[in-house]
Amino acid sequence: MSSNICTPENLVYKKTSLLTDKVMHYCPGCGHGTIHRALMEVVDEMGLQDKTIGIAPVGCSVLAYDYMNIDMQEAAHGRAPAVATAIKRLMPEKFVFTYQGDGDLAAIGTAETIHCCNRGENILMVFVNNAIYGMTGGQMAPTTLEGMKTATSPYGRDVEKVGWPLRITEMVAQLNGVWSASRHTVHTPAAVMKLKKALKKGIEDSMAGKGTCFVEVCSSCNSGWKMSPVEANKWMAEHVLEYFVPGDIKVDGKMVR
Amino acid sequence: MEDLRLMKGNEAFAEAAIRAGCDGYFGYPITPQSEVMEYLMKERPENRTGMVVLQAESEVSSINMVYAGAGCGKKVMTSTSSPGYSLMQEGISYIAAAELPCVVLNVVRGGPGLGTIQPSQSDYFQATKGGGHGDYRLIVLAPSSVQEMADFVPMGFDLAFKYRNPVLVLADGVIGQTMEKVVLQPQRPRLTEEEIRKNTPWATVGKSIDREHNIVTSLDLQAASQEKHVLHLQEKYREIEAAESRCEMIKCEDADYVLVAYGSSARICQKAVDLLRAKGVKVGLLRPITLWPFPSKEVKELATRVKGFMSVEMSLGQMVEDVKLAVEGKVKVEFFGRCGGIVPAPEEVVHAVETKLL
Repeated sequence: MSSNICTPENLVYKKTSLLTDKVMHYCPGCGHGTIHRALMEVVDEMGLQDKTIGIAPVGCSVLAYDYMNIDMQEAAHGRAPAVATAIKRLMPEKFVFTYQGDGDLAAIGTAETIHCCNRGENILMVFVNNAIYGMTGGQMAPTTLEGMKTATSPYGRDVEKVGWPLRITEMVAQLNGVWSASRHTVHTPAAVMKLKKALKKGIEDSMAGKGTCFVEVCSSCNSGWKMSPVEANKWMAEHVLEYFVPGDIKVDGKMVR
Repeated sequence: MEDLRLMKGNEAFAEAAIRAGCDGYFGYPITPQSEVMEYLMKERPENRTGMVVLQAESEVSSINMVYAGAGCGKKVMTSTSSPGYSLMQEGISYIAAAELPCVVLNVVRGGPGLGTIQPSQSDYFQATKGGGHGDYRLIVLAPSSVQEMADFVPMGFDLAFKYRNPVLVLADGVIGQTMEKVVLQPQRPRLTEEEIRKNTPWATVGKSIDREHNIVTSLDLQAASQEKHVLHLQEKYREIEAAESRCEMIKCEDADYVLVAYGSSARICQKAVDLLRAKGVKVGLLRPITLWPFPSKEVKELATRVKGFMSVEMSLGQMVEDVKLAVEGKVKVEFFGRCGGIVPAPEEVVHAVETKLL
């Protein structure tokens, strides 16, 4: 038997050249790698590499710029929407996106998020919600579920004391500047395909000057949740998606929920 | 023909920004500098040069917009006053770390805290010794007239791009609010994307096939390479210290005593020098134009031939520390200052010289 199985007839998948060859630091089972790939595949398919400027956040995906083969800026914690605003205003012909986690977008950067959306900046915001602070070691996030145990809510999130998990996508959807808002997952192949479709429309619409296009992706964090990758995906489907319900929230400027 | 106008310092700064070929201004209203953005909004520079002007939701946001624009090789700026400048410190640290060029104006008001809206110079430490976290320096220019408020914008951009370093224009409420005549420089064109790609090949303007992807960041998780980066910054700062220190010396040639003052304090001291000379006291004035790098060489040289210095500030003694460092104990260094928004009269300076220095 030949040891070389990498023959043309065996090739069923080719990595987009918009992902670099750097080994990702993400934990096995994390959704970031899949979301990076989905986004870069769409940018590649649309032929936008030379027109794209991405903004990386602070959090697990702080090094997104090492993996995405496009020009990128790394923003201070929570400030990606402000950074994206200026880039898009200064170069309106470019495609500009932010890629942010829940702590970045929905806690420390809430003001930047809301005002960017309210101004209707013509950008795509990719919001990865894993209900926890992954990079700093699994602390409570604004999106941590009620009763969920984290390093800073070791007895479970007590909503009477620290408030309820924040559905920020539903909040920003209310703003006139937001053209579209939807929630996705990447725990099944079908979900990834749906996400890619939403990303493509978000890129098209933001480039066409329709307003802010907001795509939330619920992702599991098996390390932070202290589960195996398979268990984490199952738990996400059973618990996270019950509170953060996937689907369209606003389509083409109209609320659909 | 000379373009002579009567303008407020803040307005002159704004007009000079348009003429310097500035690409974007991002700001947030705060007294006593709000006229900068008000002037720009009224002037509609998008019609004159295509310059973007945006009111942000906070100073935190506006400085991060400056980070973003600078990362794209654009000439961008913001302006604020003391409490707002404190809010910007995080962003300025990132800008310095990522080696991005920009111009920031702080029209200083009295602190600490919400303090007062009256003029002050109590942000000297914050401006020259850091302000934000980490080992970094800003080039700090101190205008003492409306003319310099206008002139320091193009000069600030030139220095910022030459060294890939943020430039801070440290004015005060007097300079921002005073109306004086000012000669405006002719319009400079804004740079095209082609010029930006050529002049600032590191800028994030979209990856072209002939280069690797550009990354603007201040993060380096490896201690060894982060140390190397910080040492590289230090080397740049030493180069700036050697080449860019500026000051003005008035009547120092025969002086027995020298006042050291910047900004509006220097204007007050100019009058005090005349009053003292009329009384037969040979006093001169050294006016630092760059607060960082501080004109230590000039102070050091004067210390070999004068009997003493007095630092005059609208603070309770901040720049005086740099004067003492330069004098190295060779002659006495006194201090006179008012704070909380009080602007001292020349006679108060005269009295301080007579009682403390002579």
